[in-house]
Amino acid sequence: MDMFTTTDTHLTFLRTQIASTESQLRTLKAQLAQAELSAQTARQLHEAYQGGFPAEWIEETLGALDDSSERDIARKLRQDGGFEGAPTPAPAAVAVPVLDAGGAKARAGRWPLADEEYKRYGRQMIMPEIGLHGQLRLKNAKVLVVGLGGLGCPAAAYLAGAGVGTLGLMDGDTVEVSNLHRQIAHKVRTVGGMKVDSAVEFLQAYVKLQTFASSSPSDLVCSLNPNVKYAPYRSHLSPDKAVAIFERYDLVLDCTDHPTSRYLISDACVLAGKPLVSASALKTEGQLLVLNNPPRAPGDASSGPCYRCIFPKPPPADAIQSCGEGGILGPVVGVMGVLQALEAIRLLTAKPPAPPPMTDWMDLSMDSTPPVTPEVKPTMLMFSAYNTPQFRSVRLRSRRTDCAACSYQATVTQHSLTTGSTDYIAFCGSTTPLDPLPPESRISARDFARLPTDGSNILIDVRDETQYSICALRGSTNIPWNGNAEAWVQDAVKRGVMSGYEDGRERFVVCRLGNDSQLVVRAVREWLGSAVRVREIEGGFRAWREGVDRSWPKY
Amino acid sequence: MTAEQTKNIPLKVEFTYAPLTELGSHDIILKLSEEQLTFNSGGLELLFSDQRKHNVSLPRNDLAGEPSNVGFLVTWLCENLMKDPRKEMFVLDDSVRPGILVLINDADWELEGEENYELQAGDEVVFVSTLHGG
Repeated sequence: MDMFTTTDTHLTFLRTQIASTESQLRTLKAQLAQAELSAQTARQLHEAYQGGFPAEWIEETLGALDDSSERDIARKLRQDGGFEGAPTPAPAAVAVPVLDAGGAKARAGRWPLADEEYKRYGRQMIMPEIGLHGQLRLKNAKVLVVGLGGLGCPAAAYLAGAGVGTLGLMDGDTVEVSNLHRQIAHKVRTVGGMKVDSAVEFLQAYVKLQTFASSSPSDLVCSLNPNVKYAPYRSHLSPDKAVAIFERYDLVLDCTDHPTSRYLISDACVLAGKPLVSASALKTEGQLLVLNNPPRAPGDASSGPCYRCIFPKPPPADAIQSCGEGGILGPVVGVMGVLQALEAIRLLTAKPPAPPPMTDWMDLSMDSTPPVTPEVKPTMLMFSAYNTPQFRSVRLRSRRTDCAACSYQATVTQHSLTTGSTDYIAFCGSTTPLDPLPPESRISARDFARLPTDGSNILIDVRDETQYSICALRGSTNIPWNGNAEAWVQDAVKRGVMSGYEDGRERFVVCRLGNDSQLVVRAVREWLGSAVRVREIEGGFRAWREGVDRSWPKY
Repeated sequence: MTAEQTKNIPLKVEFTYAPLTELGSHDIILKLSEEQLTFNSGGLELLFSDQRKHNVSLPRNDLAGEPSNVGFLVTWLCENLMKDPRKEMFVLDDSVRPGILVLINDADWELEGEENYELQAGDEVVFVSTLHGG
């Protein structure tokens, strides 16, 4: 026992030492980043002022100019400013003629942004939250948007609009007509094309105009922001490439629609050390999370939680509804995508925290107190379009000390992703496959259409009332299936469709796609026995449209 | 104060996304008032309502006589509110099933002690189903 105690103590000691050293390393890195940022900003500002407003900045500005192609102006400035050749009375006074002498070319190098960019971004730059510094930070930022659907389209649009320097766009899907009510980057002409290409065309005049047959050069002027560099990825995110791709970016947006991708993106963000803005939406509700922020080393409790900290286990696959099944209102998912862009802008333009005092970081001994970092207060924003209040922010837990991804005990590693030993599909599970009914319990849509319509049969439509009111077959009875077998059977008996089943009449059950109808047949068998003659229409109304009535609405 | 008031804890319980509806397509929400609780009859009509917020009155102590905590509330909701046989849509392996976030007064219940949080009068408990669509 003693031996174990000693080993445990030693382990704890080592962990503490590692944490302490890592913390100091991080402080140094933060200071380096801070210094680099200051230097860069100063350089850009000095370039901006090379016209000569503050005399003390001219020197540095000239240095920068010497490296550029504009040596003549540099020399002129030097001479005029009294650094070379004849002395001149005041630096401020001499600069003015140079401004004019430089002309358009000089002006292009004099300001950190192009003329068009001041016009384009002016309305956001005049706010203290952004300012010139914020705009430059946006311009230097690289953001990856994973998923170009209802969330990704508005998110990418606002980020491109705001002037993010590089925008990575990733999606392996193609555009469908049913996307258009909410996925604002896509249009009728791009249906069938890759979502990524459609989005790039929307955001930038697309380089390969022939991608969509009817593209014309006029699209060049229709684009949102050609200043942004767009990096298209025409496939879904794969675990083996995720970390390498994420490392090229400053920030990742999860705009995907499935738990498997949500866990993968979160894990890759932890491994690549990137903050994550994650959103989701269904029906009239949305949720927004900023995760792994600030991104710190695994085990560092001062970082924000990752997706696994909040949701260590995925929900059962059968409990997950997609937008195709549950429905989605365009502005609801749009709001969430816009909020993602907003959070991204806030993160990218945030002023870095003041560096700790010199004594703190110079002292690298193990027993020095680690620098105080501001407390992270993770929250989740919930949006509910049809409730009051519509928005609610709730407090979340911090990092989990036993998290599989971001703790000392992490089992999710770059290696486990590359080798596939972290299996997201297995982790999230798959839906329980329906045990198909025997053939005598089923009928094809075509065969059903041939049956007499003289009232000798009963047709039960088990879609919900909303769908039933979109389109229904005359003479059918609507008894919605909500998953509760006993309740459904009670309802059916009450509605009279199960009474008098000894008269030989047969019951047919139909639904949207042919899944619920099988569950209903099974429920009837379970609760009423095999005396009831009941069959389900294979493939539901989808098969009905394909095999019988081409005009049947396909929603 | 009446005897009833001292015995029970009035609470607000909300299901942002009805735990019973995820297999179906209806928003089925639980509604409960004191009368309905004591009435103790009916079945589905107790479960099916178009409200998502409910004022419930929970016994102050659990069956063992301990102060009622969130763990007891979950069991109590299952036994008193849900006539739906699919309890696994709400509770799995003796806890709220993965994918449902429990909030106590607008905070993740993990900040408050999870199941062991002792409920106070007026507490608001929300069961949030996580969304994945996009």
